[in-house]
Amino acid sequence: MLAAATAILLAIGLYQSAMAPDDYQQGATVKIMFIHVPNAWLSMFVWSVMSVAALGTLVWRHPLADVAAKAAAPIGAAFTFLALVTGSLWGRPMWGTYWEWDARLTSVLILFLMYLGLMALWRAVEDPSRAARAAAVLTLVGAINIPIIKFSVDWWNTLHQPASVLRMGGSTLDKAFLWPLLVMAIAFSLLFITLHLAAMRNEILRRRVRSLQMMQASRVSFTSEAGAGPKEIGAA
Amino acid sequence: MSALAALIRRDIRIALRVGGGALIGVLFFLTVTVLMPFAVGPDLALLSRLGPAILWLGALLASLLTLDRLFTADHEDGSLDLIVMSRTPLELACAAKALAHWIAAGLPLIVATPVLGLLLNLDGTATLAVAATLLAGTPALTFTGMIGAALAVTLHRGGLLLAVLVLPLSIPVLIFGVAASQAAISGPLPFGTPFSILCALSLASLVIGPFAAAASLRHGLD
Repeated sequence: MLAAATAILLAIGLYQSAMAPDDYQQGATVKIMFIHVPNAWLSMFVWSVMSVAALGTLVWRHPLADVAAKAAAPIGAAFTFLALVTGSLWGRPMWGTYWEWDARLTSVLILFLMYLGLMALWRAVEDPSRAARAAAVLTLVGAINIPIIKFSVDWWNTLHQPASVLRMGGSTLDKAFLWPLLVMAIAFSLLFITLHLAAMRNEILRRRVRSLQMMQASRVSFTSEAGAGPKEIGAA
Repeated sequence: MSALAALIRRDIRIALRVGGGALIGVLFFLTVTVLMPFAVGPDLALLSRLGPAILWLGALLASLLTLDRLFTADHEDGSLDLIVMSRTPLELACAAKALAHWIAAGLPLIVATPVLGLLLNLDGTATLAVAATLLAGTPALTFTGMIGAALAVTLHRGGLLLAVLVLPLSIPVLIFGVAASQAAISGPLPFGTPFSILCALSLASLVIGPFAAAASLRHGLD
């Protein structure tokens, strides 16, 4: 149901993006924006979701919060990576460079590195609840980066253009571009929710399999010990 | 208060005595700085332009190297459990430990900076600027690095994982530290702007670091 809605909205959004007129300055490259902007929004949104989940882990010790935080990290890393890649593909014809050490680009790159560090942390520890608490602390510390990314274009007036959709006094974007962008943003958000729920379901199943295996292993070792015990006594 | 002073005194003593390893950081700093001219070539004009960046990078790596021992040694001999259980708030104890670590491992780096500046052909103002920015910036490195050290000790993992977790957090400090040194040497920006941001970063990490480290110790040790 959710997956179907995502697919339909993505199809509509892609169609509208393809049908959107070329920009008078940027030409057809303006269409990269319809992919780039939703990815960039979601890269920050996913970290915010993880921060809420981290609060759930640390304050309420809810196991589902651990699962939500763990499942969200690779998805967020993927969105951040796509935002960086599409941004640099757009930057090549527009700015004349794939990469520039501009405040917005640098802070998003830091976000990407933190996603990778968080995934490394999850992989480095075997006990999931212990890993969850450590990852929660790191997620909350890393959340400082989110407002820095958001306001980096206002604080440091460098290459990346300032916000044009979500700003005081209304959007500066033309309607022909705004509608496809909004549809794509909703579609990508639905995509995130779909993927996140699926990943959480997988993670829960993985944990159930793991605990079943542990139970079976302990039962096997218990019965073999019990089976070996009397025989030795009998032999003695 | 006297408990915290005792903790600071104890940590500094342990760090400076045989087996402490605080001074290995300075040696590492020296070695990294000496390696750089071999990598980029012994061109003195180029070295004096890259000098502040090299010194900052060396100090960053050296302070990262010594961070590994911040909690592990105490965890191994059990005194970390006593610190966690004591009546002194854990946040304050963490701040005291970080302060002691900075005095033992961070200050020597700043003292060594003028000597290393000579090797990199930095003049008086440049050396002074780098030393001043290091003095303002290395507390931020220690206090954010403490979060990584606390995570590493609760997970029984150190080394590379700690570096991967801590280095992204130290990027802003590096940016403004080098920016302030460059501003003092060649302009055109005023020295004050990046330097005060650097001080702000240090003060902010002074607040955030102990809380995050204490939270991860409290939730992680069992």
